[in-house]
Amino acid sequence: MIAKRNRIWWYMVAMIALAIIVALPFMLNPKAGYGGSDNAGSDLIMQRSPGYTPWFSSFWHPPPETESMLFALQAAIGAVVIGYFIGYVRGRSASGRSEE
Amino acid sequence: MHIMEGFLPLVWCIIWYLVSLPFVAFGVLQIKKLFDGHPEQKMILAVSGAFIFALSSLKLPSVTGSSSHPTGTGLSAILFGPAITAVLSTIVLIFQAILLAHGGITTLGANVFSMGIAGPIAGWLAFKAMRTLKAGMIPSVFVAAVLADWVTYVVTSAELALAFPGANIVSTFLAFAGVYAITQVPLAIAEGILISVFFDFLATNRPKTIGALLKEKPTKETAQ
Repeated sequence: MIAKRNRIWWYMVAMIALAIIVALPFMLNPKAGYGGSDNAGSDLIMQRSPGYTPWFSSFWHPPPETESMLFALQAAIGAVVIGYFIGYVRGRSASGRSEE
Repeated sequence: MHIMEGFLPLVWCIIWYLVSLPFVAFGVLQIKKLFDGHPEQKMILAVSGAFIFALSSLKLPSVTGSSSHPTGTGLSAILFGPAITAVLSTIVLIFQAILLAHGGITTLGANVFSMGIAGPIAGWLAFKAMRTLKAGMIPSVFVAAVLADWVTYVVTSAELALAFPGANIVSTFLAFAGVYAITQVPLAIAEGILISVFFDFLATNRPKTIGALLKEKPTKETAQ
């Protein structure tokens, strides 16, 4: 695995690489709409099978602002669980208690 | 990938539900066994689920000019296998279908199959294969996470091509794959990087538990 003293450095390099991957589209392709591929898929279905009509729709569609909030909430819930775990593990190792 | 509500004909909705059900049922049994036998793994299970929860909520831009979601299933696939990953993915997909109108309940079977079963199977197999071939831990995790994400979208393309074959099912599959699978490549790589980093953290801080989950002895490599 990664040697201990280099670990933080490698983690930072990884995070920078992630940032670049996310930013790259805007640098290479600034004019694109960046619409969701889910929608592109539905469009493609309608194109290829023109007779098709969706036979069911969701009971509830959140309004766009609420939808943003709910996506953010979903990410936050996941992040909190991950963060709690990281904190727990660091706390245990700092207090000298090893895992098992 | 989430096929939107109502965008799969009823017969295919039923087929994918039936295909996915045994995996999810088996996963539920495995989780119960885990809770009973290895309570110290509960936290890692929760974290693996959290990865799926968090990552699948993000719409990331791709160089192809559209946006898509990573899946987050790689971590769970490697540590817990496809069946448990299917259960975790089902929970996330239900949350998104009901609260966000993202994906759907009719398409749940298909979406569970692509995201919770097929992708994780590909990732899990890749991981085991690479470790058998003595590849390093991080490269194995990276490849597995990338495949778990990317294969999800390839399978989604196949699900759609099967349901809407058009004149030529192969060209239809390629059309869908062109939309989803190509867009997904940079996102899958990003997900691979993130999961590899977190796996390194996990293996460093919980070598015994990770070793037990992977059924590999915590060697000097995993436990640095």
